Amino acid sequence: MTAELVRGQNHPLSQARLEIRVSAGKPVVAGATLSDEHGKVHGVEWVAHPGAPTLPGLEVSRQAAADHRLAVDLGAMPEAVHRISVLLALPTGVGGPVRFGGLAAPFLAVTGLDGSEVANYTITGLEAESAVVALELYRRQGAWKVRAVGQGYAGGLADLFADQGMAEAHQLAAGINDAVAQGLARSVQAPRTTDGDRTRHAATPTLGADQGGAAAQGAVPPPPSPYGTQPSGTPGQPTSPYGAQAPGTPGQPPASPYDPPAATDPPSGAQPGATAGGPVDYSHPRRQTTAPPPPPPTAPPAQPGQPQQPVAGDATGWSMDERLYNQVWGMFEDLARTMAAYRSAVDFADSRMEKELDEALSDPRSRIGGQSDAAREAARAKHTQLVDQARSALDRDLAQLAAEADVVEPALPAAYARWDNPVWHGYRVPMEIPMALRLGDLHLPEAPQLRIPMLVRLPLERGLWIDSGRADSLDGSFTDSHDLKRLAMESAVAHAARLLAVYPAGEFTVHVIDPAGSGGQALVPLVQTGVLAGPPALGAAGVADVLARLTQRVDLVQMAVRGGAPDSLPPGFDTSEQLLIVNDFPHGFDDRAVTQLRYLADEGPAVGVHLMMVADREEAAAYGPLLDPLWRSLLRLSPVPDDHLADPWVGHAWTYEPSLVPPGSQVLQQVLSRLAAARTKYT
Amino acid sequence: MTKGQAISLQKNDGGSLTAVRMGLGWQAAPRRGLFGSRTREIDLDASAVLFADKQPVDVVFFRHLVSDDGSVRHTGDNLVGGVGQGGDDEAILVDLARVPVHIDQIVFTVNSFTGQTFQEVQNAFCRLVDETNGQELARYTLAGGGAYTAQIMAKVHRTGANWTMTALGTPANGRTFQDLMPAILPHL
Repeated sequence: MTAELVRGQNHPLSQARLEIRVSAGKPVVAGATLSDEHGKVHGVEWVAHPGAPTLPGLEVSRQAAADHRLAVDLGAMPEAVHRISVLLALPTGVGGPVRFGGLAAPFLAVTGLDGSEVANYTITGLEAESAVVALELYRRQGAWKVRAVGQGYAGGLADLFADQGMAEAHQLAAGINDAVAQGLARSVQAPRTTDGDRTRHAATPTLGADQGGAAAQGAVPPPPSPYGTQPSGTPGQPTSPYGAQAPGTPGQPPASPYDPPAATDPPSGAQPGATAGGPVDYSHPRRQTTAPPPPPPTAPPAQPGQPQQPVAGDATGWSMDERLYNQVWGMFEDLARTMAAYRSAVDFADSRMEKELDEALSDPRSRIGGQSDAAREAARAKHTQLVDQARSALDRDLAQLAAEADVVEPALPAAYARWDNPVWHGYRVPMEIPMALRLGDLHLPEAPQLRIPMLVRLPLERGLWIDSGRADSLDGSFTDSHDLKRLAMESAVAHAARLLAVYPAGEFTVHVIDPAGSGGQALVPLVQTGVLAGPPALGAAGVADVLARLTQRVDLVQMAVRGGAPDSLPPGFDTSEQLLIVNDFPHGFDDRAVTQLRYLADEGPAVGVHLMMVADREEAAAYGPLLDPLWRSLLRLSPVPDDHLADPWVGHAWTYEPSLVPPGSQVLQQVLSRLAAARTKYT
Repeated sequence: MTKGQAISLQKNDGGSLTAVRMGLGWQAAPRRGLFGSRTREIDLDASAVLFADKQPVDVVFFRHLVSDDGSVRHTGDNLVGGVGQGGDDEAILVDLARVPVHIDQIVFTVNSFTGQTFQEVQNAFCRLVDETNGQELARYTLAGGGAYTAQIMAKVHRTGANWTMTALGTPANGRTFQDLMPAILPHL
């Protein structure tokens, strides 16, 4: 539970590695001073500021910004440091506001690395102040706590530092302002809006408005990714499907950043639902209709006193695809929230019982006779009663959601369906790109039977990272690293096959880099059916060749798009989306190849080139922090059940399970063969 | 509805309410004289605080539009008001059936985020509506328009298996609900 701090209030910190997010609406300078147990700052080297952004265990940003993320590692703090004061100041001499009174109240949130909020504090009541000590992190009996301070200084940083007993206060303040002025000159100005001095959301009564949920409340601009990868540190870019395109928005995602030329006309033989002699369908296969959508299926009226019977597609949307997508996300949110209600009630029951048991023990009257026992008995009974009530409310909600899942799951189109869904046996190569793709299932420990399809929007906004590095699975069974690598490659192949299958023929191309050939067995379904762009690239030469081609492609498309002339691509240019599967990274990679890979990760998604890394991060540890941005930019998936994904509303840890082909099933081969056949017709 | 008055949220036919909406509407007081038509933005904010045994558990306000459990939803921040007597500028929806079992009171508050006192606000009201049929159950006017910037409007609390609403109407001062916590606690 997030603690909403008021001035002077403190809150314990259980995690050592924290992020402090600042949101002020206008560019502000963020910094921190360290002080010892007597509150003394030992000179300028105990101050983190834009001119000297890094201290042991502490990093602030180099420039003034409306939003900051300060990284704090309490474990790495020198022993002598007993207090970290987080300060905000308005940059001087750059034409911005000179008093905090002219800004919206600055908002700070202390979060864990997974984005879960520990405490937050809105600094209200500031007027003429231009610098403020916002928060303090301090040691108390060996443990760290955070306190909301909100002490402002009208004289700016110089006064603030002087108040902390620093002799060099004025020089330091002047130096910081210089560093900030230089930083502002380098940085891109944020676009001004009429609402620029507010950090608040305007009224948006759509689902999108609450995407921040409790974890990152509205004022914190980058909402945590719904699938924020916890181990890789800070949450990556917001990839909430709600963030990219609000549900209910008509229109499908753009097929690719550049217009697919007419040459991608579908093969006539594969037209689904086209019956011989039937009426000619004049609608463009890839263009969304502007006619009102057919009405959603209506649920039969509920019996009085009975919950409504769930119906598949009972959500808003322009197509059945979109309705089911929105319905699945609705179920996801409902399960997250009903579980939050249950956990909150149980936590409350636990803490109340603890308090009452303590009271029973400490009350001297109750020591005589059986009063103490009776009081303890009563406390336990109250606890049981509340937990039972919470459980029955949870069971009621779970039953309703399970009934909904039972009708929704069979109704899902192939792109959203599990591999064991019969829809895959009737697979036909599609004419249109679906809205989203199922990457696996999500569930919570209290309701393991209720699986929520994990749907991500297409085209992919982030690359994927199938983590072959963690050998401890959830159920405690030890999977050895060889097995894990095999499983990782198998799930990568299942994801890639699904991507190939849900795109129209010829609109998705898969390249594979398998330098050591270790993924050969898992890749058999892709290789044998001939759906890959070429055989898996082997050795350093193969790596260099594939990377060079894809890098060149990104350059070319970027140039064309930036030059405003997407038609100027060379004739015969393959406009399909590209996926590069990299196995065994960094085997076979030299420095140049690593640079190219990072370039693809950064620039590729915007021009339809995506990465799928099948890798153990530890094996690339030699590259150090150089590769951290790469891992962070990817959506981490595990080959075995693992609880590393957080939902965007409450931030529960969800157990992810990849969508795998059932053992012994031939469905993957069948689907890929049909796809290969459709491609031959088309070329 | 007047200060201190309590209304049971049980329907006349014996069934209990399942969803209620706390609506808030206001208009800025018009200026007089030259440039009187220039609008002055007044931003009132509706918030709801969920309590379990007098401990605040969750808050719904403009930065946290939905309680974690999903039972209380804010329809979004209105920065200027203006609907006045017609409809609600901000609304908080409470799905009573979904309120977690340990939450026994929900307190509704109004704050003036822009700092004007209620003297400068016209037609400010808060009302409680049966969300299932749109029927207004109770209306409470921000009476008097005194020199304060916040008001603790009402609370909805459990009485046995049902819910009761009590009008509080206590004036207070503060920019957001956090400032009101000391003023709320005596009403629990």
